[in-house]
Amino acid sequence: MPDEDTILTREGILAEQFDDLAQQTEAGTLGMWIFLATELLLFGGLFTGYISYRLAYFQGFHEASGHLYFTLGSINTAVLLTSSYFVALAVHAARQGRSRAVSGWLLGAAGLGAVFLAIKATEYYLEYREHLVPWMDFQFEGAYPAHAQLFFIFYFLMTGLHAVHMLVGMALLLIMALLARLGRFSAEYHNPVELTGLYWHFVDIVWVFLYPAFYLLNPHS
Amino acid sequence: MSVMPYTAELHSHETYLNRSYTLRSWLLTKDHKRIAILYMGSITLFFVLGGFAALLMRINLLVPAGFMAPDLYNKLFTMHGVIMVFFFLVPSVPVTAGNFVIPLMIGARDLAFPRLNLASWYIFVAGFLVTACALVAGGVDTGWTFYAPFSTGYSNTFVFLTVLGIFISGFSSILTGLNFIVTVHTMRAPGLTWFRLPLFIWSLYATSIILVLATPVLAITLVMVAFERVTGVGIFNPALGGDPVLFQHLFWFYSHPAVYIMILPGMGVVSEIVACFSRHCVFGYKFVAFASLAIALLGFLVWGHHMFVAGESIYAALVFSFLSYLVAIPSAIKVFNWTATLYQGSIRLDTPMLYALGFIGLFTMGGVTGLFVAALGVDVHVHDTYFIVAHFHYIMVGGMVMGYLGAIHYWWPKMTGKMYPEWWGRFSAFTIFMGFHLTFFPQFVLGYLGMPRRYATYDPQFQILNVLSTAGASILGVGYVLPLCYLLWSFKYGRDAGPNPWGATGLEWQTPSPPPTHNFERTPVVTQGAYAYHEMEPAGA
Repeated sequence: MPDEDTILTREGILAEQFDDLAQQTEAGTLGMWIFLATELLLFGGLFTGYISYRLAYFQGFHEASGHLYFTLGSINTAVLLTSSYFVALAVHAARQGRSRAVSGWLLGAAGLGAVFLAIKATEYYLEYREHLVPWMDFQFEGAYPAHAQLFFIFYFLMTGLHAVHMLVGMALLLIMALLARLGRFSAEYHNPVELTGLYWHFVDIVWVFLYPAFYLLNPHS
Repeated sequence: MSVMPYTAELHSHETYLNRSYTLRSWLLTKDHKRIAILYMGSITLFFVLGGFAALLMRINLLVPAGFMAPDLYNKLFTMHGVIMVFFFLVPSVPVTAGNFVIPLMIGARDLAFPRLNLASWYIFVAGFLVTACALVAGGVDTGWTFYAPFSTGYSNTFVFLTVLGIFISGFSSILTGLNFIVTVHTMRAPGLTWFRLPLFIWSLYATSIILVLATPVLAITLVMVAFERVTGVGIFNPALGGDPVLFQHLFWFYSHPAVYIMILPGMGVVSEIVACFSRHCVFGYKFVAFASLAIALLGFLVWGHHMFVAGESIYAALVFSFLSYLVAIPSAIKVFNWTATLYQGSIRLDTPMLYALGFIGLFTMGGVTGLFVAALGVDVHVHDTYFIVAHFHYIMVGGMVMGYLGAIHYWWPKMTGKMYPEWWGRFSAFTIFMGFHLTFFPQFVLGYLGMPRRYATYDPQFQILNVLSTAGASILGVGYVLPLCYLLWSFKYGRDAGPNPWGATGLEWQTPSPPPTHNFERTPVVTQGAYAYHEMEPAGA
């Protein structure tokens, strides 16, 4: 009679290089954390550039920040934090083996992700109409247009890179929701849901730093 | 008569090589050993291309006026730098020897993520193809450092494509590093504690930390360069409010640690070879192991020493200078401990050992001249001269390429099951050592006398030393072509190596050569450290 590990291998759950599920879970989890460290440094380069210029050109950045849509940005922060809460609930349900709840919460989180991107796109469009996109007929009324332009370069680069990560995260959430609906996860085996959750929380945390860096610099203009 | 006895024996065990011969079985393989071979083929090709560019440059420098137009010369040194740094030195030992022997050394069936491993190779090749498009279309003239704002606004060459290719291949580095770290943490055989690991594993672990943490910074920096170039905004352009020194900070935050990506694996190889060929456990194992980690960590704190004359604050420069001196400590620990390992060992001067000894000598020269240029005053004098070129070639070529060739010769019998011809091996190791010195030692002198780097022409007083250097380069070239020939020859005609031709300890030598697909019949149980040479019977007893 085949042992448990052989059955897991046959079902395609346990990869052949691993001895057992615990080893596979440990490897997958460590791999995801290292990947997130890489992501942190990827955003880190942009944050370094942004902070350097913010320290050097504070006035210009202050003026420029006043042109962002503070309300929309704040709503988006709430939307994204809520989506992270949904993902946490999905992971909780996965640990208990409740697959329908898992797919439900994940779909909800992906939906909120779509709302976030829709609001973000609206902001981009409004900023485009006001000639705040640095490479598309940039016009800025203020004492430091060149510095404001730098502000907007980093604003679009960093929120844009974040949006790309949102798209990847939403694709992962939808795949996991589908797999959960197909009954591929159980209380014993649900590490892909956990790892997707880690990734989504990371994307969320990046926004938690982007929001004060850009929007809270000058929220009262 | 037609049935040779050894033929039957050869087919008696299924190896990773004879398992299947189809192209598909290679291109879709998840076996770390086959992926290592794929990488080896790719980077050998890239090395030849980069070397060819160097040869043309050396020919140009035979006469003070040069033979070629300065534009072409600029493109050649850029091509040489880009290919050698990003497509040969950074991947070199980790993706070939590392890929091949890490699972064997730790008693695992494969790396933790075999599919990711294959994906890294495809990403790497895709990155190269994009960069190659730029080279074919007309080349790049920025140097491998892509300094802004020249690269972002003024160069009329194919910067965007080149940068895109390097960006893509960076993900291959990241995934390889991630794979190695997870593998070392989670896939070790029972009983294989951290301090029983071979030092090669420690050095690749340290390398992987740098790959994972530094490469993304290069990636995002190149994104900014490409973005500025395409949109015409001024992230790094002072005319538009940007700061070119910021580019240098970000670039060297990757590219200085990357120097240690290019030397740490070589150090690991030397630790293995020196222990094996002096029949002695490595002196001060823990010091050598932690020295790798120390180099990796300190490597992140010294990037500013590339910018002493670039408008960096003098206080920052002082700190960076001091920290750069600190790197000498773990580096010296390694060199002294290798030397102490030789003491009272029974030394055999086979080809891998010649490369390892060559590494120790050349790395020491490269490292000590590194201290010269870490001193603020001296750096002002030799900055941007051939002294710098000579210094880093002593580390990169004298160190890493020697380490790479040492690794290839040391593990060739394991990879192929065949011995290379020993006489030719020793001869070419010697040729490379001599050719190397003749090429690069004159450049120390040239630089100290004031010859600047990256010019197609030079003052006639420098001609004799330049001719010597070019003569050395041609000898070096011969030295590199020889192994290519005899290694390929040995793959077909070499004598069978058997599982452990060197009488080495270490798990990789306890499985047949070439290893079967799953590496070990049964997962080994480890009861002692990696260098238990004193417990082995004397050879021939």
